[in-house]
Amino acid sequence: MKLSTQLLAATAICAASSAGAVDLEVMHWWTSGGEAAAVSKLAEAWNATGNTWVDGAIAGGGDTARPVMVSRIIGGDPPAAFQFNHGRQAEELIDAGLLLDITDVAEAQGWKDIVNPPSLLESCTVDGKIYCAPINIHSWNWMWLSGPAYEKAGIEMPTDWNSFMESAEALRAAGVTPLAMGGQSWQQAGAFNNVMTIAIAGKDAWLSVMQDKNAETVMGPEYTAAFEAYAAARELSTGINVQDWNQATNALINGEGGAQIMGDWAQGEFAVAGMTAGEDYGCLPGLGMGAYLQTGGDAFYFPVNDDPEITAGQKELAAMLLSPEVQVAFNSVKGSLPVRGDVDLTTVNECTQKGLDLLANGQTLPASEQLIAPDTITQLNDLMTEFWNTPSMTAAEVQQQYADIIAQAE
Amino acid sequence: MTTTDIRPQTGRSAAVRRPSRLLRNLSSKVAMLPLIFTALVIFLGGTIWTVVYSFTKSGLLPRLSWAGLDQYERLWSSRKWIVSIENLAVYGVFSLIGTLVIGFTLAALLDRKIRGEAVFRSIFLYPFALSFIVTGLVWQWILNPELGLQHVVRGMGFESFTFDPLNNPNIVMFGLLIAGLWQGTGLIMCIMLAGLRGIDDDIWKAARVDGIGTVKTYIRIIIPMMRPVFVTSLVLIAAGIVKLYDLVVAQTSGGPGISSEVPAKYVMTAMFGGQNLGQGFAASTMMLLMVVIILIPWAYLEFGGKRRG
Repeated sequence: MKLSTQLLAATAICAASSAGAVDLEVMHWWTSGGEAAAVSKLAEAWNATGNTWVDGAIAGGGDTARPVMVSRIIGGDPPAAFQFNHGRQAEELIDAGLLLDITDVAEAQGWKDIVNPPSLLESCTVDGKIYCAPINIHSWNWMWLSGPAYEKAGIEMPTDWNSFMESAEALRAAGVTPLAMGGQSWQQAGAFNNVMTIAIAGKDAWLSVMQDKNAETVMGPEYTAAFEAYAAARELSTGINVQDWNQATNALINGEGGAQIMGDWAQGEFAVAGMTAGEDYGCLPGLGMGAYLQTGGDAFYFPVNDDPEITAGQKELAAMLLSPEVQVAFNSVKGSLPVRGDVDLTTVNECTQKGLDLLANGQTLPASEQLIAPDTITQLNDLMTEFWNTPSMTAAEVQQQYADIIAQAE
Repeated sequence: MTTTDIRPQTGRSAAVRRPSRLLRNLSSKVAMLPLIFTALVIFLGGTIWTVVYSFTKSGLLPRLSWAGLDQYERLWSSRKWIVSIENLAVYGVFSLIGTLVIGFTLAALLDRKIRGEAVFRSIFLYPFALSFIVTGLVWQWILNPELGLQHVVRGMGFESFTFDPLNNPNIVMFGLLIAGLWQGTGLIMCIMLAGLRGIDDDIWKAARVDGIGTVKTYIRIIIPMMRPVFVTSLVLIAAGIVKLYDLVVAQTSGGPGISSEVPAKYVMTAMFGGQNLGQGFAASTMMLLMVVIILIPWAYLEFGGKRRG
């Protein structure tokens, strides 16, 4: 590993001195089939500029990849660029002065005017300086409906959460588990923290909790309704025992599960299965109630480097990531939404169109990761997954503990 | 280990320049220097550093902003930590007893000079060649109700058969225990077998002359003679219990809910998932403390006593 990076560095220096082009090592955790195809679009675009993209993919998801990236940065052997999610994950690295200030690139490219929603750029900004280049938008706020399951039950697909609850009995009677939920804590917590709270407790209550850390709102009537709906959802999910989110999505595809609360990345699974949006599967942004999209996603950060050539390359790369061509090529393959409002995706299905419309109307909210620290997210994950898997735990109990965590949150 | 100096000394020269204690066996001490350095700097230094930083507010990066006992207060008020400790206790007790009993029984059976001993030995030892990750995945599939054991038995006509430990919060630790025992007993069996082979045949002959039964001979004579072997096994098993992590990650990733969390996983999640190094350090300091509390009196009795005798 070390030798290879030294060799890479050596070749980078040779290449730089001879041709004026740089090799940049870019670290990310996009390793599934669709994700790797999307990354190759970035690499192609970068190589086309005469520079070289050195791929540093880390399998195993963000929780595995982030410690590796951080240890390389702290250890003095930083990659040229690395992926983090929009939000507060890089806060401390910025405080420690380890990341490159790319305000000049952002100003030259006019990011302030083109990045939509503006909260994405705000997440990159610390003390008026910009440290990251947003690349895509993923939102949590979707409920997916299984066409085959509702066909089996002989009823129409529901149009919102309440009609879904009413249809649950018919689904059970047809041998279908109404709600498919994976066993990992982030799925169970995410369905509540991101989707059910915004849809049922409402935007204002959600912002009061996540942004202002107001524990009283958690104990208020809006959140009580959300906790009760969550407890009802727990009942509807018994019958499917799977771990990964895509296994739960698969239960929808083969008609064993009726619905799944999951982010827009689930749509990739329906596409791979050859299903058509609106016919074979349905989508309800915001559970069909208060439709707001959270604008989470990914951004690239650039560690400070002694070599001025690499620094120049990093800035060139930052500018390229937000160029219209790259945005379209990357996001069309990735299944995510572009970060700039002035480009059109090539192929858009019914569900993606709904998402784009919400984005255009400004019905957006920040992602939880942009508002609360990873430490608090871990605590909420633990609490919600404990509740989901402990039938004896009541909604009132989980509500009190949720309020305690929010009260302590920074 | 201490070695006493028993070199023959001619009276005169020994009185004039007796080598100082520090320079005795100089070459072996020089050879040990890297190890001594590693032990002091990496192990001891790392431990002290971790304990010091467990009293800070370190987040993603270690920094010295003191938080007093805050991290420990939060740790002990966390449900997940309490559940982790309970799980480790359950797993530890059952794994210790289970591994020793099964390992010794298998070794004793193999020691009865059965045919094909080498084959059985290989079969029992084989799981040890697998990593915990592979073991965990294999047993996750075997215990999966939709495609594993339960599915097979139901397919044979027993429709009401239910065996899904990994999906039942109350018995999930036993699902982990099955995999742990499957992997770990082979090694203990081999160590025990080596110990049994070290017992002089004359002991058996004497026991037979005295008319003592086989089982009684094992329990009253052989096992007490195998004390060092048991100590070695105990240390190996105990180390495996404390660092239990990869098996949980591969088999249940702490679920359902938080019902199969273990302390090592709590540390990893706090440090790298939650970007809260201080909390992770506090948890690992508590793990060290627990080991020390159990280990020191035992080590004193075991090794300190022997030296005196």
